[in-house]
Amino acid sequence: MSNAVLKVENLQTHFFTKAGVVKSVDDVSFEIGRGKIMGLVGESGSGKSVSGFSIMGLVDPPGRIVGGRILFHGQDLVGLPEAEMRKIRGRRIAMIFQDPMMTLNPVLRIDTQMIETIQAHEKVDHETARQRSRDALGQVGIPSPEERLSAYPHQFSGGMRQRVAIAIALLHKPELIIADEPTTALDVTIQAQILYEMQKLVAEQNMGLIWVTHDLSVVAGLADELCVMYAGRIVERGPVGQIVDDPIHPYTKGLIGSVPSRNPRGQPLTQIPGMAPTPIDLPPGCPFRPRCARADAACETTPPVEEHRPGRFARCFHPHLEDAA
Amino acid sequence: MSVFILRRLMQSLVLLCVMTVIVFAGIYAIGNPIDILISADASQEEYDRAVRALGLDLPLWEQYFVFLGNLAQGDLGKSFVFNEPALQLVLSRLPATLELAFAAMLISITVGIPLGMWAGLRPDGIAGRSIMAGSILGFSLPNFWQGLMLIMIFAVFLQWLPAGGRGPTASFLGMESTLFSAEGWSHLILPALNLALFKTSLVIRLTRAGVRETLLLDYVKFARAKGLSTGRVIFVHVFKNILIPLVTVIGLELGSVIAFAVVTETIFAWPGIGKLIIDSIFVLDRPVIVAYLIVIVLMFIVINLVVDILYSVLDPRVRLADMKS
Repeated sequence: MSNAVLKVENLQTHFFTKAGVVKSVDDVSFEIGRGKIMGLVGESGSGKSVSGFSIMGLVDPPGRIVGGRILFHGQDLVGLPEAEMRKIRGRRIAMIFQDPMMTLNPVLRIDTQMIETIQAHEKVDHETARQRSRDALGQVGIPSPEERLSAYPHQFSGGMRQRVAIAIALLHKPELIIADEPTTALDVTIQAQILYEMQKLVAEQNMGLIWVTHDLSVVAGLADELCVMYAGRIVERGPVGQIVDDPIHPYTKGLIGSVPSRNPRGQPLTQIPGMAPTPIDLPPGCPFRPRCARADAACETTPPVEEHRPGRFARCFHPHLEDAA
Repeated sequence: MSVFILRRLMQSLVLLCVMTVIVFAGIYAIGNPIDILISADASQEEYDRAVRALGLDLPLWEQYFVFLGNLAQGDLGKSFVFNEPALQLVLSRLPATLELAFAAMLISITVGIPLGMWAGLRPDGIAGRSIMAGSILGFSLPNFWQGLMLIMIFAVFLQWLPAGGRGPTASFLGMESTLFSAEGWSHLILPALNLALFKTSLVIRLTRAGVRETLLLDYVKFARAKGLSTGRVIFVHVFKNILIPLVTVIGLELGSVIAFAVVTETIFAWPGIGKLIIDSIFVLDRPVIVAYLIVIVLMFIVINLVVDILYSVLDPRVRLADMKS
């Protein structure tokens, strides 16, 4: 992928809290090309959302990017002045949030919130901006967009609000969209609609999409590539179909084994023993070690990212390579 | 809307009736105003004549109905002490209190909101911490002591401002007020500051809490992710939302400033209604007390009505037709 839209190299975002340093994102690398969808999967607190916010330059104190590079078309976004970053946010990289009930300002009308997005980046008169907003609403499948423009967020259902948020993200035809669990708060039927809509838009506009989620089954049918995060690190990365069919990392294997639809009926679901570690002051070594059946003394040093098969990266000393098909 | 206002007015009428019953019973329980008004060595005939003249010979419930009958004709009775119509007495003192209250509220809003926003945006800065420390001081310094200090510093030592009394009034658009004369202002500043200090602290803390709370919400982060300028995020997205609780509290506080300016009026010899009501309670001057309370209750009702209407303007989720009370 030489024509990468975004290339993240050894990104480290740490939170300096009173209780200690939380390494929310620790040495994370991935890249994403145009027209591609990358799934970023992990449990709560695994650092997937913080990765997204790091790219947007929206990590709030006490959090800080302490290392690594975020190359957007070759330009490093880490350490970019706020004024420069602001020009990229919303115009070239857009973001969609998890809870559509919370992402729109309750006291501002939809047209206000859309027009301000256009006018933040382009010198456009009010009427033109309004027309573009209306077209954007139509594009994401909102009926009678002209009337809906004058409505307030509370007059929309959850699914419709998420469509509005997507329409706002699409206003400037960004090259990259970071979607932070955008369907988690929605009904399954609405979820399917939004997934379909997003897939279509990515293909039409040839943009990159990072889909952050904890729901492996959503990503499996959507993404091209998959990154599995655990305790701030990407433990496995590769094409989505291959990972789902044949996971290399023990954590990924456990994760996939616990998806109900992939198990035969009547059989108890496999579980990953133990709990996700508290992210404060993690000991060195593989963070999955205490829960891993294959762990041994070697795992007390941090495993490096290795390409175990072509295009298949994992951080593990004891990968599941033997049961290859 | 009109249904809402009509219902409000009906409720207010009931409220007024209940209030007057309580005041009648309360004053009756405290003592007989005649014992205070008439000198101890008055003869029995003089005593009886006075009782009859004031209508105190009737049983209490009858006195109350006489009062209601007069009230229906807009007559609140004459002051036992001044032998003037009670309502006229209260209304003649009201402008002085109103201008004091409005000046105090103006100070607390224009000083409190900017300081509160600053403290909310930079909670860990030196300025932010100082503002909060100052607001604690403003809360805890006794009002009377703080008033005396103001007089000591600005009137006695520095001799910049007069120590008390209300300045000459000037007329503007048919309104008589000290606000329209320079000397009037010099009399107003100290008592207004004294009255405003507590309210300013309240507004600061409320604004700060609102800003802190709102900044964490998704829609603020989403607004930043859209690439909006910091100014727009703060003054439109954050500010419009914190206005909702602010308007409620400021409205209520305006009422209480009018009603409870007693201490300030006493210290600064300000001829307002606060002083009048204290004097009237001492001599159990029932008509004045009742007239005062009716005026104050009416004012609270009007302020609350205005707050509710403002509410529906500020918050699109509130519709007056849906409000039950």
